[in-house]
Amino acid sequence: MKWEIVIGLEVHAQLNTRSKIFSGAATAFGAAPNTQACGVDVALPGVLPVLNRGAVERAVRFGLAVGATINRHSIFARKNYFYPDLPKGYQISQYEIPVVQGGSITIPAGETGKTIRLTRAHLEEDAGKSLHEDFHGMSGIDLNRAGTPLLEIVSEPDMRSAQEAVAYAKALHSLVRWIDICDGNMQEGSFRCDANVSVRLLGSDTLGTRCEIKNLNSFRFLERAIEHEARRQIEVLENGGSIVQETRLYDPDRDATRSMRTKEDAHDYRYFPDPDLLPLEVSGAWIEEIRSSMPALPQVKRERFVTLCGVTPYDAAVLTSSRELADYFEEAARGADERTAKQCANWITGNLNARLNDEGLEITQARIAAGQLRGLVDRIVDGTISGKIAKDVFDAMWAGEGDADRIISVRGLRQISDSGEIGKIVDQVIAANAQQVADYRAGKDKAFNSLVGQVMKATKGKANPRQVNEILRKKLSG
Amino acid sequence: MHNATIKSLSAELAAGRLSSVEVTRHFLRRINTLSKIYNCFITVDEEKSLAAAGAADALRAAGRAQPLTGIPIAQKDIFCAKGWLTTCGSRMLSNFVSPYDAHVVERLDAAGAVNIGKTNMDEFAMGSSNETSYYGPVRNPWNIETVPGGSSGGSAAAVAARLAPGAIGTDTGGSIRQPAALTGISGLKPTYGVVSRYGMIAFASSLDQGGPMARSAEDLALLLNVLAGFDARDSTSLDRPAEDYTRDLARPIAGLRIGLPKEFFAAGAAPEVEKAVGEAIGHLRKLGCETVEVSLPNMALSVPVYYVLAPAEASSNLARFDGVRYGYRAPEYGDLLEMYKKTRAEGFGAEVKRRILIGTYVLSHGYYDAYYIRAQKLRRLIAQDFSEAFGKCDLIMGPTSPSSAFKLGEKAGDPVQMYLSDIYTIAVNLAGLPGMSIPCGFDSRGLPVGLQVIGNYFGEARMLNAAHQYQLVTDWHDRAPPGIEIQ
Repeated sequence: MKWEIVIGLEVHAQLNTRSKIFSGAATAFGAAPNTQACGVDVALPGVLPVLNRGAVERAVRFGLAVGATINRHSIFARKNYFYPDLPKGYQISQYEIPVVQGGSITIPAGETGKTIRLTRAHLEEDAGKSLHEDFHGMSGIDLNRAGTPLLEIVSEPDMRSAQEAVAYAKALHSLVRWIDICDGNMQEGSFRCDANVSVRLLGSDTLGTRCEIKNLNSFRFLERAIEHEARRQIEVLENGGSIVQETRLYDPDRDATRSMRTKEDAHDYRYFPDPDLLPLEVSGAWIEEIRSSMPALPQVKRERFVTLCGVTPYDAAVLTSSRELADYFEEAARGADERTAKQCANWITGNLNARLNDEGLEITQARIAAGQLRGLVDRIVDGTISGKIAKDVFDAMWAGEGDADRIISVRGLRQISDSGEIGKIVDQVIAANAQQVADYRAGKDKAFNSLVGQVMKATKGKANPRQVNEILRKKLSG
Repeated sequence: MHNATIKSLSAELAAGRLSSVEVTRHFLRRINTLSKIYNCFITVDEEKSLAAAGAADALRAAGRAQPLTGIPIAQKDIFCAKGWLTTCGSRMLSNFVSPYDAHVVERLDAAGAVNIGKTNMDEFAMGSSNETSYYGPVRNPWNIETVPGGSSGGSAAAVAARLAPGAIGTDTGGSIRQPAALTGISGLKPTYGVVSRYGMIAFASSLDQGGPMARSAEDLALLLNVLAGFDARDSTSLDRPAEDYTRDLARPIAGLRIGLPKEFFAAGAAPEVEKAVGEAIGHLRKLGCETVEVSLPNMALSVPVYYVLAPAEASSNLARFDGVRYGYRAPEYGDLLEMYKKTRAEGFGAEVKRRILIGTYVLSHGYYDAYYIRAQKLRRLIAQDFSEAFGKCDLIMGPTSPSSAFKLGEKAGDPVQMYLSDIYTIAVNLAGLPGMSIPCGFDSRGLPVGLQVIGNYFGEARMLNAAHQYQLVTDWHDRAPPGIEIQ
């Protein structure tokens, strides 16, 4: 039997407002417990929520970025349940009418990419945290996080593999940072994923019973949890069982999911419109004001990079994975011809990215500025240095030895492009390597590469490799 | 001194014939002696009140006195007042000292008023007789065998017994007007959104509104001038220019059109209540008012609609009382669930539990549409009835309560009978309109009867105008209950 996995994601993006969604308390991460919780967050008797306009503005920004409908009129409801870190005994969340409806996101897949439809994105408040250590058999409650603004972004069940789900989560992660509504810090819980996973026989058009997996706070866990859960479901079905709709928790230490609660013991949240808050009205003028303040979106830049700079679609996707990276590329490639721009893209997605990953740095922390990288690329394009030497120059630049021109001149790395000079060295190499020359003439191509290597070694890599090839071939056949 | 109105006390203070400390001491002494009988107050703090009085006198000496400066005002124990025990009449908050001031408390403080004590009330404002209080029932100064009404019964009884010249209360379904009627004082529930709910412990958020209680309409206007005003901390607070509610008091009311809803007079009010209300209307006619019959066809549904919506909101509003962060926590429990259950079982009284159960039920999956959604639709129809009626009249009048004060315990075992005592007042809250009650006579047992005056949105000044003109030619509001004089 051939199975198909069907996945929808619910992502909670913490909005980067300075104060909470319904109170004036700060949202900064890492403060001492309960120092960033005011009377509203603690739910003292008599306090009332007041909506943070900045949170709404960010939700609208997201809606515009994904081409969604912005509901001019939306409602905050109360989701009622008891939990010690939920101070009011209810969470304020948009339920029936969310501020953002529909929209879509394109993920890299195949030639043209794949469109993942969004169901909705709604505003809500976060709960506090229960702390179960160090309290001598009791639990501690930290309400610093209570009331932090969240945008819950719900997708349609449009993904068909764990890899697609990860690609979608990454695209979303990049987008929320791109439009500057969320810092995307997954360790601090600023971007959290829940996955709805079901399986069905390939070709079926009805959805299987789904399970919701919670607590996926890294892309790796997301991928592994989905794969594990799909395997579990397929195993159950192939053994003649049936899937029970339930919420499951992913345990990264055991790489397994376990049941949290089934549909039967699901809460009745008794949603109803919060009478303390008026319906949220978003005017057309406000939407336009927000639209005009939006940065160019990644998909727009991606296309621009491909058509105007000749960057490959893959590199363009990498370059637009964050606004800072795209900015870096644009600065490096400013005023460049297509060949130079393409080289810039290669260097950024290749060596620079690898180096950043090795050292765990962000693009904004790169030790080579965009203009400096361009200086290096210019010397490659104009033939001053070879691509191989350029790697050494890059390393020297990273180590802080200055601009490419300075390093090339101080270290004497200028490429040898003088045919006479190269010819002399080629002659010496032919004379000194009779065996390889014979092998080459006997039809062994490998021997040619070895001779090229000898020439390069003799010039400390500075000889123009194209010229070395030409001259060597000529002399050997002569 | 204690028979003086706020208006006249204010004049005495302004003339320097009295100091706030003297006035405050006088009322504190009365409270000390009489509150034992009426049980009006939950908390009295002489030190704090006298300190406030001293500050008020200093304010006056500095030339910065306002009309309420130095006047003792009793506060219903539903308003959070910094440093004061704020219980809401419940065991659940029997240990809760508020760390902050409600908006109206801030405004009273800023005006130099003196908090003379926190008054008893039905638990979480749920009740019409003040019998549901954890602190015991309040007794009606007109007859201590009878109830003062509720839920602002402590504030009403305190004003009636001359233990405070004025008070603040809250009204969700009649909780200012009905006790005002039953204790022979004046009380006003403003248009929803005129007085900030910030710091007022929520019962049913879409209906709750704070307001003044005093002996005369003129005093209500003075109090409302201080209580009303926009507050950004309450999203339902209305941002509109400040009004002087005394501005129209002296205006003649000839030509004023009074709407008399036929449903008010067919709903089975006690004959003596109908008679007193009828006489009051007659008085107003003599002052030149016209009367016109109007209809509120959906009024009969207001009690069932209210008892869906108010408990629904309450069930959620009271979820925060869970023993985790403040307030009562059961002393013994095995685990979290047991802590919740015992805390709430021991901390809440029977009426509060009843309403939480009703509210939880009507919001439950499968019942929400049949109850909550339907009730919301009817609520709009009720508001529409009023808007049509106000097409034909300037004010609507009728009885405040179907009967005068009933005996303690008389309705305590029959919640539906108790709920029906708010039949004339509830529709006003559902529509968000302003309503008031003023004394208009006595029944044969010597118990006061209230006349309800309902205005259109923001019609407070006009209501106060009519009430004041009526009080200029009647003396019901000046009558004092027997036995309140002390040595």
